[in-house]
Amino acid sequence: MVHWSAEEKQLIAGLWAKVNVEECGAEALARLLIVYPWTQRFFASFGNLSGPTAIVGNPKVRAHGKKVLTSFGDAIKNLDNLKVTYSKLSELHCDKLHVDPENFRLLGDILIIVLAAHFTKDFTPTCQATWQKLVGVVAHALAHKYH
Amino acid sequence: MVLSASDKSHVKAVFSKIGGQAEEYGSETLERMFAAYPQTKTYFPHFDLGKGSAHVKAHGKKVAAALVEAANHIDDIAGALSKLSDLHAQKLRVDPVNFKLLGQCFLVVVASHQPALLTPEVHASLDKFLCAVGTVLTAKYR
Repeated sequence: MVHWSAEEKQLIAGLWAKVNVEECGAEALARLLIVYPWTQRFFASFGNLSGPTAIVGNPKVRAHGKKVLTSFGDAIKNLDNLKVTYSKLSELHCDKLHVDPENFRLLGDILIIVLAAHFTKDFTPTCQATWQKLVGVVAHALAHKYH
Repeated sequence: MVLSASDKSHVKAVFSKIGGQAEEYGSETLERMFAAYPQTKTYFPHFDLGKGSAHVKAHGKKVAAALVEAANHIDDIAGALSKLSDLHAQKLRVDPVNFKLLGQCFLVVVASHQPALLTPEVHASLDKFLCAVGTVLTAKYR
């Protein structure tokens, strides 16, 4: 099980409290699809993903980004119980969605950059380190039930 | 992976905006990398890696200078970084995975200092550029 220090928990909770989940989620997903265009393979049903402007403005991208980041919020509430919390979601991503877990790592890195842009100097090296650990652990939990 | 004309122009614009702060961005990139990815410290047993370290500042300056050089010769990154590529292959032998980690931290530094600069399009171009640099530096490994 992953150990979280009191400082790490504070850095996570403190920042998360100020995150606009809808905006941040939409931005993170849009950037994933723009920076790593091969990730669009999972979103054939989303309509117009023809370029950065289309992707950023796409309502399905926004909605799905919000959904993904809301789920991330569940992870934050259950840091000490992540594998169990994400058990069903992990099975879903493997069995139904067929998503390569590498994509979770890519999204995690993109989320970090979105947070950095939003929080600027408040996103200190220590803060980044904690959040890189968090996204890594979340990605690992989401991949845990893969077979 | 090929850098398009617009990728090149985005990258040049970023480095033009960064200007003289490149050195500072370089040091902060390393500081973040050592904090977020402690395994990267294994390449620097001879460095003082404490806060404000002169070693890290000096090395950050070198890293930044190399990125600036690559951006200034973006049509021939392999040519511009040829000697650095030899150095990494023959002497430094930094495992290829680490270039991605450095790249991530550089993007975070740019994002945190110049959020308006890092639009999704520029983000994509800069990420591609950093990948290209990593590829060049590991090209002669075997």
